[in-house]
Amino acid sequence: MLTILFDGIAYGMLLFVLACGLAVTLGLMNFVNLAHGAFAMAGGYVTSILTMRMGVPFLATLPIAFAAPALLGLVLERTLYRHLYSRSHLDQVLFCIGLVFMAVAAVDYTMGSQQQFVAIPAWLQGRVEVLGIQMGVYRSFIILVCGVLALALQLVLTRTRFGSRLRAAVDDPRVARGLGINVGAIFAVTFAVGSGLAGFGGALGAELLGLDPTFPLKFMIYFLIVVTVGGTTSITGPFLASLLLGVADVAGKYYVPGFGAFVIYTLMIAVLVVRPQGLFARAR
Amino acid sequence: MIRTSQEAAARLTRRGRWSLPEVVFWAAAAASVVLLPDRYLLLNEIVVIGLFALSLDLILGYAGIVSLGHAAFFGLGAYVAGLLAKHGVADPFLGLGLAAALAAALGLATSFFVLRGTDLTKLMVTLGFALVLAEIANQAAWLTGGADGLQGVVMGPVLGFFEFDIFGRTAYVYSLAVTFALFVVARRIVVSPFGLSLKAIRDNPLRARAVGIPVNRRLVAVYTLSAAYAGVAGALLAQTTQFVSLDVLAFHRSADVLLVLVIGGVGYLYGGLVGAVLFKVLQDNLAAITPQYWHFWIGVLLVILVLVGRDRVAAAPQAVWGRLTGRRSAAPLRLDPKPVEDA
Repeated sequence: MLTILFDGIAYGMLLFVLACGLAVTLGLMNFVNLAHGAFAMAGGYVTSILTMRMGVPFLATLPIAFAAPALLGLVLERTLYRHLYSRSHLDQVLFCIGLVFMAVAAVDYTMGSQQQFVAIPAWLQGRVEVLGIQMGVYRSFIILVCGVLALALQLVLTRTRFGSRLRAAVDDPRVARGLGINVGAIFAVTFAVGSGLAGFGGALGAELLGLDPTFPLKFMIYFLIVVTVGGTTSITGPFLASLLLGVADVAGKYYVPGFGAFVIYTLMIAVLVVRPQGLFARAR
Repeated sequence: MIRTSQEAAARLTRRGRWSLPEVVFWAAAAASVVLLPDRYLLLNEIVVIGLFALSLDLILGYAGIVSLGHAAFFGLGAYVAGLLAKHGVADPFLGLGLAAALAAALGLATSFFVLRGTDLTKLMVTLGFALVLAEIANQAAWLTGGADGLQGVVMGPVLGFFEFDIFGRTAYVYSLAVTFALFVVARRIVVSPFGLSLKAIRDNPLRARAVGIPVNRRLVAVYTLSAAYAGVAGALLAQTTQFVSLDVLAFHRSADVLLVLVIGGVGYLYGGLVGAVLFKVLQDNLAAITPQYWHFWIGVLLVILVLVGRDRVAAAPQAVWGRLTGRRSAAPLRLDPKPVEDA
């Protein structure tokens, strides 16, 4: 029981790191970035290649798994995404589906369609028993890292000058621009960081979630659930939503395996119907 | 400017007239039965996808409802028709009818959830419904065959006379005939006052409500109709290929049909059919060059299409069509007005 809770929390933390970039993108520029999963996949593949083929230690690959998608995100944002902010959601969705198709086929072509693995150091493997709860060491590691990250994000967002500018831009881009805030630059940086975080999450989660070319499609819906349920105006909303989703998904798979993914899909529809602006968001 | 109801009626009657290019279009379709005897399988797929895209056009092009989960109805129709045939009810039209009815019922039931909220919410909710349905089909393997697909679909002869042959000739003619019949109905509907009111809703729901159009009821009606059309398309696929797999409910179905419609242009009914021809021919050629990676090029196409401007690209076939039909295209088509910034 507690083990399920523990696994669920680890899963949820991972989802949060994966999805928080999307939350900001959606909240800030009203952009539906369905291709977010592609950045996560990029991070996962970077780590996989570095650890399995080049023998780089796992921990050393994590910064690279952050940097590479971040750079990719920055380039794509400046060249392509930028032109689509003022378009309709349908255009944005079509564009992102196109990107996802390209990413999936490109990875399939270069890496093959089989499942990729990540070499995790021995000291992160195995399980320990604490207070009668079976805890995977790697899952504890994920909870720790993601917890620190979430805390750091929250602090950056609420305590720094950049954070306050970002929040101002989220609340009302037009007024923010009027006050001399460079919304475009802020968005580029945020987009890059969000993509980087997705990549980081992809690298961390490759072991738990599995990694193959269909990753962006498989997890797209999870990210969207986190964002739509959590709302996009804060970090805490998606955070709570991720934890809820993680625990619900793990518990659902454990207790009612026959129902598979229904639980969360139904949950999402229900939340969207009752509260279109998200479960934890304040009504605007 | 329409001033009086007589003027409106006259305009609708004028629009309802069949023009020469339309006749040519359908004549060409009919001629393909004789002229392209070795491509029946591809042609059949084109017609089915064309009908599916037509169903999406009814809601997207005429009522402005975005959907990322239209495969739900397509898949439901396919499974209904497939299961019916598998369990002994082999008459094709009965299968079509039941598929349409059940898809319409699902459309009606879900419309109340879909027609709320912003475009984004609609996209997510439709996507969610499609995923739930795909998951149901996956889990109910005792009924649907699960990942192995539904096998053993045996169809009876069409109208009791025409057996399905191995070359797919009967299948193609059957699909084409059904699609044509449904197209005529859809064409009649969009030039009716009902269709005109849908366009009014698409362009400005607030004003439409103000002039007394029952917005929600109209949207529910067209959504249900569109679901029925998609169900028939799915049923056609199941009956003509005599196989149903989980693929009919997959996400890429919904994405592909959106792409087909976008390629062909939205909001003039022929978009889905024209798009289906272009899409399938493209896919056929791409798949011949790089089998299994053709989705990459579809992705490239989508990205370019959106960056260049969907409206502008779609305006080209529409303009050509408009010139051919001698009809000035009405106001430039604004599909989805920019989301109003929520204050």
